[in-house]
Amino acid sequence: MSSKDNVVNPERRNFLGKVTTVAGATGAAAACWPLVSSMNPSVDVLSNATTEVDLSHIPPGGMHTVAWQGKPVFILHRTEEEINRMKELSQIEPVADEKRVQQPQWLVVVGICTHLGCVPNRSENGWLCACHGSQYDDSGRVTHGPAPHNLDVPPYKFLSADRIVIG
Amino acid sequence: MFKSTLAWIDQRFPLTHFIKNDLADYPTPRNLSYWWNFGSLAGLVLVMQLVTGIFLAMHYKPDIATAFDSIQHIMRDVNYGWLLRYMHSTGASAFFAVIYIHMARTLYHGSYRAPRELLWWTGQGLLLLLMATAFMGYLLPWGQMSYWGAAVITNLFRATPFFGEQVVVWLRGDFQVGDATLTRFYALHFLFPFIIVGAVMIHLIALHTVKSSNPRGIELKPKDNIPFHPYYTIKDMLGVAVYLVVFSAFVFFVPNTLIEAANNIPANPMQTPAHIVPEWYFLPFYAILRSVPDLAGGVAAMGLSVLIFAAMPYLDRSRIPGGARYRPAYRFLFFIFLADMLVLGYVGAVPVTADTAIVGRVATEIYFLTFLLLPWISKKEEAYLIKRGLPPAVEEFLQNNANKKH
Repeated sequence: MSSKDNVVNPERRNFLGKVTTVAGATGAAAACWPLVSSMNPSVDVLSNATTEVDLSHIPPGGMHTVAWQGKPVFILHRTEEEINRMKELSQIEPVADEKRVQQPQWLVVVGICTHLGCVPNRSENGWLCACHGSQYDDSGRVTHGPAPHNLDVPPYKFLSADRIVIG
Repeated sequence: MFKSTLAWIDQRFPLTHFIKNDLADYPTPRNLSYWWNFGSLAGLVLVMQLVTGIFLAMHYKPDIATAFDSIQHIMRDVNYGWLLRYMHSTGASAFFAVIYIHMARTLYHGSYRAPRELLWWTGQGLLLLLMATAFMGYLLPWGQMSYWGAAVITNLFRATPFFGEQVVVWLRGDFQVGDATLTRFYALHFLFPFIIVGAVMIHLIALHTVKSSNPRGIELKPKDNIPFHPYYTIKDMLGVAVYLVVFSAFVFFVPNTLIEAANNIPANPMQTPAHIVPEWYFLPFYAILRSVPDLAGGVAAMGLSVLIFAAMPYLDRSRIPGGARYRPAYRFLFFIFLADMLVLGYVGAVPVTADTAIVGRVATEIYFLTFLLLPWISKKEEAYLIKRGLPPAVEEFLQNNANKKH
């Protein structure tokens, strides 16, 4: 339009037009932020981000499952014998057992199969995933596919000798 | 690259044609006042309601056990949930404010008159859809006002001849407003806005066929039209800026003014609040309902009070073009109607007493009389104006109309 009209100082008008467009577009983009942000986890979800566990109830050889961020976490109280058996490396993703635990008698792993996300069941010498047959040892390391990785170790720390906080 | 892509599209879809004819170069009367801003503004409000509504739906739970708490969850836990909710609740009121101004402009300037009857009627349909959507949305927070508002309004259908009770139970899916009612209101509250979008398209197609009316009321010569862009895009955007200032003032400073305090109490089917009022935008019609001392009569009067607008193109018998600007009697009637609306709104907002009942009854009669006396008044006014002498442009317009008929 402006090219056809008799505009005084057209450069000035074009500049103002562009500045207005940029300011308007910035405002519109900023207005989208609350919408995007509202889809992130809400405060009540975030408050589930850590889980405290009392370990004193878990006998040696026993396993306890707790929910952390809605996911199952396996806590295995390993016996001396089980710890010794984990000395050798597995083949699919070789990681030393010491690197997967903070204290050798306590194994803490996220109980979600790294293949397609089922929850493995406790078996004689580790875990067996019923969905596609993946097997894990007592260090949560995959011993038989199709799972590509070992079970994840969540971040956790010992608050005292028999209390941990996950997350 | 851009040009060849555009050419490729234009061979298959009239994109350039559409942008040129219906957006950029769309011929618009050069004399439109700011009252003509409210149509496109309503479109913006509709988009904002749709967007905030969809994001609210991601967190809301349509179940009587959790609905009320899920609103608290939105207000307290969800990131910017308070903003989404206040924008949506304020937006509902803003939508009615904008639409009522849009309608008042149409009535004042006679924009409903031939050849714009269908444009007016599609607008009437949009008003009904908007009212239904707002009413169903109001149940969702499941507060005391939500519950009793829905209970009263669904009970209106008891006035249905022969099947009254069955219709009410069918609407509610329960013997009182319950879980089934809430869930279906939620489903329909989600659906209706998209029907409104479709109806808006029809409204716009009708508009672009007959083109905008203008304050003079006569059809302009082509040289008196200007392209929509940039003149009216800029003018509309200034209106949007002013609107957003007012809207934001409500959302950020007084978001609860338009929410009844009693709606912060969870719905209780055993106890009606002492003083129950509908949202402000239903008050005049609610006052008409209350002013007729008979169930079926009240419902009929209320329905008629909303639908009677559709008859305007036929009630206005004057051959003088346009609306109130050059027609003193019509203008007088318009302001009487506006004042009467405010009186009815007041009567609807206060508890019924002997005095307000009388005021309500008189105001209801005036409401319908302004419509029913219009054919007679507009004819008398026409005779008076012709006798007094018309401006040349109007004279020419009448002459053209007379020639067309021969």
